[in-house]
Amino acid sequence: MKYLPLVWAALWRRKPRTILTMLSVVVAFLLYALLTAVNAAFNTGVELSGADRLVTTGKYSITQVLPYGYWQQIKNMDGVEDVTFASWFGGYYQEEFNFFPQFPVDPQSYFDVYSELTIAQDQLQAFVTTRTGAVVSKTLAERYGWSLGERIPITAGIWPLADGSNSWEFDLVGIFDTADPAARSQHEYMLMQHEYFDEARQFGQGTVGWFISQIGDPQQAPQLARAIDEQFANSPNETRSDTEKAFNQSFLKQMGDIGLIIQSILGAVFFTLLFLTGNTMMQSVRERIGELAVLKTIGFSGGSLLMIVLAEALMLTLLAALAGLGLAAVLLPGLAENMPGFSGLALDLEAWVTALLLALLLALVVGLPPALRAQRLSIVDALSEHA
Amino acid sequence: MGGTLVKLDGVAKSYRRGNQDIVVLDALDLSIEQGDFLALMGPSGSGKSTLLNLVGGLDQPTRGSVTVGDARLDQMSGGQLARWRAQHVGFVFQFYNLLGVLSAEKNVEVPLLLTKLSRAQRRKHVATALEVVGLADRASHKPSELSGGQAQRVAIARALVGDPDLLVCDEPTGDLDRATADEILNLLQVLNRDHGKTIVMVTHDPKAAEAARQTLHLDKGKLVDAQRGAA
Repeated sequence: MKYLPLVWAALWRRKPRTILTMLSVVVAFLLYALLTAVNAAFNTGVELSGADRLVTTGKYSITQVLPYGYWQQIKNMDGVEDVTFASWFGGYYQEEFNFFPQFPVDPQSYFDVYSELTIAQDQLQAFVTTRTGAVVSKTLAERYGWSLGERIPITAGIWPLADGSNSWEFDLVGIFDTADPAARSQHEYMLMQHEYFDEARQFGQGTVGWFISQIGDPQQAPQLARAIDEQFANSPNETRSDTEKAFNQSFLKQMGDIGLIIQSILGAVFFTLLFLTGNTMMQSVRERIGELAVLKTIGFSGGSLLMIVLAEALMLTLLAALAGLGLAAVLLPGLAENMPGFSGLALDLEAWVTALLLALLLALVVGLPPALRAQRLSIVDALSEHA
Repeated sequence: MGGTLVKLDGVAKSYRRGNQDIVVLDALDLSIEQGDFLALMGPSGSGKSTLLNLVGGLDQPTRGSVTVGDARLDQMSGGQLARWRAQHVGFVFQFYNLLGVLSAEKNVEVPLLLTKLSRAQRRKHVATALEVVGLADRASHKPSELSGGQAQRVAIARALVGDPDLLVCDEPTGDLDRATADEILNLLQVLNRDHGKTIVMVTHDPKAAEAARQTLHLDKGKLVDAQRGAA
C-alpha cells in the first residue's frame, strides 16, 4: 500500500496513452460482459428445461407439421401423463421489429403441462372459452403496455387468414407469469387458441407444430421417446422425440453454436488486447529505465520493482475491467427491456468473477515481461545509459 | 573526524568486452575518514565513477575488499546491498534523477517508503530535509516546475532524508551554472561540517573540488596524488 502513490503516478505518466489503453480494455470487458450475458440468456432455456417433458417434432425438421390426431395417440401411451401441442405462428405486432414468439395452443392442456406458468383461474377460463382469445407473458404486456380486453393486431408471417389477409386480431384475455422469475425470459410469448387458428387459417388444417408430453418418470425418457417415434414409424409423418432439454439445445444449434461464436469473438478481442496493453507496459517501463534504476539505487530491491510494475499492470487492467463491467451492468437492464426473449439479460456472479480473473491474468501476462526487466535491471548500466 | 568509514583494500575492477578484459581499477587502496568530504577527479575513463559505484554499493569489485562501516560490501548479495544502501547511503546525481510525476516532497519521501516509519513520521522527516536544503516552500512543486539548482536541492534532500552515514555525489554541479553550482557546493559543505555527513564526490570541476576537504586524482585506474582542500 505504501507504494501505491508510486504505482499510481507511474500509471498516469503518459495520460493520453494510459487513457486510450484503458478505453480499449473497457470496450473489451464491456463486450465480454454483454456477450456472456447473451450466452447465459440463451442457455437459461436449456438449463431450465423440464426433465420430465418430451418434445415430439417431425422427424426431419421442426418446421415439418404433424397431424393433430397424434395428440390422442400419444396421450394414450403408457408412461405419458399429459400431452399438449403448439405451432409456430411467426407474426409480429404493428412493425416487423416488434417480433416475439406466438404459439397457437390448446389452452387448458398447455397450462397443465407447463405447470411453472401462473395465471389467474378466471383468465385461464376466459382463454379456454374465447375463440379469439389470447394470453401474453407479463413481460410482453409490460413492454407493449397491453391490458386485459385490448385487441391486439398481429401480422402473420406464415399463416394467412382464409381470405388471404395476413391481419389477425386477438383479444387479450389473460396475462401469465412464471413461478420462478429467472424463467421469465423463456416464457416471453403470446398464446392463442389453436381451434380458432385452425379454422381461420388458409391452409394446414388439422396439423400442429409439435407435441409436448409430460412423463411420470424422467428416467424413462429415452425409452418413452423411442416408443413414441416407433408408434409413428413408416407413416407419412414420422416423428422425432427427445427431452425438452435436447430439443432446446438442437433448436439453439440451428442458429449456430452460440457459445463457440462468442468464445471466438472474445478470443480475438483479448488476443489483440494482449498486444495493445503489453506494448503500453513495455513502452512505459522502457521510458522509465532511468527512474527505475534510481529507485534501485535508493534501495528498492529487484523484487519490489517487479511488484511495482506488476501492480501498475494490474491497476491498468483491473480499473478498466471494472469500468467495462460496470458499464455493462448499467446497460443490460435497458437492453433486456428492449429485446424480447432476453428479459433475464444480466451479469451473474460467475461472470463477474471470471472477468476479474481474466483481468488478473491479462495483467500478469502483459506485466510480467517488463516487470522482470525492471527486476533484473543493472543499476550501473541503466544509469550510464540514461545519464 | 573520527575513525575510518570507507576502506578499500587491493580493489580491482575489470569488464569483459569481447575477448578483452578492460581494467578500470587496479589494486587500489583507499581509506576515507568519517566526516571527510572527498573529491575524486580525473580524466574520463580514469575509473572515478566506478570507484564511486563501489563505495556506494552499486557495484562489486572483481578483486579486493570494500568495507563501509562494519559492512563488507564485496561479500554481500544483491538484496543485501539494496538493504544496505537504503540504510546507509544517499545518492546525488548530475541530472538530479527525480521522478517527474511526483512532487518535490513525494520525491523526498521515496527512500522512506522502504522504512517502517508511519505516514506522519515520513512527512515530518521530509519537511525537515526540505528545510535543511532551503526548499520548504517548494514542497508541492513538480521537478518540471523547479530550476536546476532547486531540483538538485530536492535530490540532496532525498539523499539526506534517511539520515545516511555517507553521501555519494556523481558530478552534482555538472549540469548547473557557476552561481547555482556554488550554492550546491555550499550546501554540501554545510551538510559535511554541521551535520557530520561523510561525502564522496566525483567532479571534473576544480572549483567544486576546492569545496572538498581532500581531493584525490585518479588516472588509468590508479590513485596518482592527494591534495588537502579548503573545506
